[in-house]
Amino acid sequence: MNGILIEQSLLLSIALFVLGVTGVLVRRNLIMILMSLEIMLNATGLAFIAAGSRWGQADGQIMFLLILTLAAAEVGIGLGLTLQIYRRFHSLDTDSINKMQG
Amino acid sequence: MLELLWVIPLTPFLSFLFLAIGGEQLSKPAISWMGVGSVGVSAMLTALIAGEFLNGTMQAYPMQLGNWFTIEHWSVPFGFYLDALSMTMLIVVTGVGFLIHLYSAEFMALDSGYARFFAYMNLFVAGMLVLVLADNLLLLYFGWEGVGLGSYLLISFWYQDPVNGNAARKAFVMTRIGDTALLVGLFVLFSHLHSLDIQTLMAQITSRWEAGGPLPVATATLLLCGALGKSAQLPLQSWLPDAMAGPTPVSALIHAATMVTAGVYLIARTHSLFILAPSVQSLVAIIGAMTLLMAGCSALTQTDIKRILAYSTISQLGYMFLALGVGAWSAAIFHLLNHAFFKALLFLAAGVVIECFHHEHNIFKMGGLRKIMPIAFWSFLIGCTALSGLPFSSGYESKHRILLAAFQASPYLWAAGCVGALITGIYSFRMVFLIFFGELGPVAEKPPGWRMRLPLIMLSALALFGGMLQIPLDSVFPALVAQQASRSFNSVAVITAIAPFIGLLIASQFYLTGSLSVQNFANNGWIKPIRNFWFSGWGMDKFYDYLVVRPFKTFCKLNRNDVVDGLNTAIVLLCFGGHLLGSTLQTGRIRWYAASMMLGVVTIIAIGWST
Repeated sequence: MNGILIEQSLLLSIALFVLGVTGVLVRRNLIMILMSLEIMLNATGLAFIAAGSRWGQADGQIMFLLILTLAAAEVGIGLGLTLQIYRRFHSLDTDSINKMQG
Repeated sequence: MLELLWVIPLTPFLSFLFLAIGGEQLSKPAISWMGVGSVGVSAMLTALIAGEFLNGTMQAYPMQLGNWFTIEHWSVPFGFYLDALSMTMLIVVTGVGFLIHLYSAEFMALDSGYARFFAYMNLFVAGMLVLVLADNLLLLYFGWEGVGLGSYLLISFWYQDPVNGNAARKAFVMTRIGDTALLVGLFVLFSHLHSLDIQTLMAQITSRWEAGGPLPVATATLLLCGALGKSAQLPLQSWLPDAMAGPTPVSALIHAATMVTAGVYLIARTHSLFILAPSVQSLVAIIGAMTLLMAGCSALTQTDIKRILAYSTISQLGYMFLALGVGAWSAAIFHLLNHAFFKALLFLAAGVVIECFHHEHNIFKMGGLRKIMPIAFWSFLIGCTALSGLPFSSGYESKHRILLAAFQASPYLWAAGCVGALITGIYSFRMVFLIFFGELGPVAEKPPGWRMRLPLIMLSALALFGGMLQIPLDSVFPALVAQQASRSFNSVAVITAIAPFIGLLIASQFYLTGSLSVQNFANNGWIKPIRNFWFSGWGMDKFYDYLVVRPFKTFCKLNRNDVVDGLNTAIVLLCFGGHLLGSTLQTGRIRWYAASMMLGVVTIIAIGWST
């Protein structure tokens, strides 16, 4: 893989990451926030893959597998919590369920 | 027998422990057996020891019981020392103490705090015995504080009334002033002579310190201050009249017979030091003379029977100080012994009188008790005879000796003592005439039982004939300079003997025959303010109120928000402010948290990038 490709794929990964961060920051729906988190995780995964292919190492792909597992676990817990929050508050708006404040 | 000396203070102390811990569970007879019996055992042992001691060579008997504590190379022994002086004090404390305990067994019978009363009384007796038996000044100081504690506890015995609590605190704080001076005196003695053993100290002082030097004067002044506080002498005397808030037997035991004489005992015990400080010794005499006059004048105006007796106690202690001051050591101790007998008798008789008049203390509301209560009348009369020093009573012997010795030192001191004797005659027989003569009011027809009668009879006998059982104190004190029997000296002796009779005569004119009207006299233009001044105890309470109490209270009010505490408060306020700031950041909005995390990450990366 040549240098241009890695540059482009890293730019793509940064764009995806910023997109995810913006999503987390601006969306109020809990499901949307979780989806934005997934985008951020995938952006980092992409960065690992690109870096792994640049140096011809398998480590990047192993890291991606780990991130994948992590994302699956995170989504499992996150959706479970979302379900509970919805049952309790009948809303997924994070601003309206800010009960834990000082 | 002498080796059983240590048991004498131990039995009252054990009884105190027992009564204090388990006294409430015991029945009243058991409590009185315990409380009175323990002092009885001490009194019996004292009698046996006194028999052996006085019939023997009267050699001082030291007794080491063990070590109290050790600091590096210096150890304080727990030791007793018996000589003629401490023997006299032992007889007073256990003998009079036992009679008063016996009296209280009946007097306090209806009180709910029966066990508490005897526990405190026994604690006091134990403390007093340690005080008089101690062979070193630190142990003496231990007993000194012990009796102070006992006095405090017993003045506030009826603690539900705040007045009693205040009186107890007043007594405790005022004597504490003197005690502090005494403690400083002990420090000075120890830092210069490296010992606190009384006999060693006295021997070293005599051989190493020069007469009239700064050291003996300073130490003697400090010890004198301690004695002044405990013995209620000028200027620390104003606590004693208020101390009458306690039960009457307490006044008899602590504030007449024993504790207040501790100051006299201390000075007599350390007389070698006072001989080396002649200026302080004459100060002792002057203070004694002034106190006996001032307290006598106050006693003239009081209406509360116990307060009259309290002022008369201060006045008689003044006589003892006068005797100490002029070097008549054994006369002072002799008067102490006699005073313990007749003043305890007067207080106990006053207790009977007060009960008889339904707890009335005002002598102007009493009268005519002579016919229905002969025992109270005769014992009170004997007490007053001895108190005013009429011939053929114990008080005459000792007071006469004191006044003659005072005349040799200075005619002015003698004159003050003679005027004091006259005043004593007036106020003593004022009480007798007002209480026992005249109209009989409503009285409680409850004759005292044998436990109250026996002490009265015994003490009456002692007050009359106590002058005969004089304990020879020559082995302890240096002899007084021989009296020169000049003609003027004889007339002095006659005047001394007559003075109380004149007092008696004046009192009878006012209060018995009524040929002179008290009302007209007391309300006379210029006499009334003097009377009020004397009634308030020469304004000493007001004086201390303005000098100490009020400035202290004002300072307390100024410092009510505690300046020193400001630092701690500032720390607390700072923490609280930080907490408020931190808690406002906890908004509960998850997007805020995420944003701040992002901000942090970006900042850290930016810092890493730029370096």
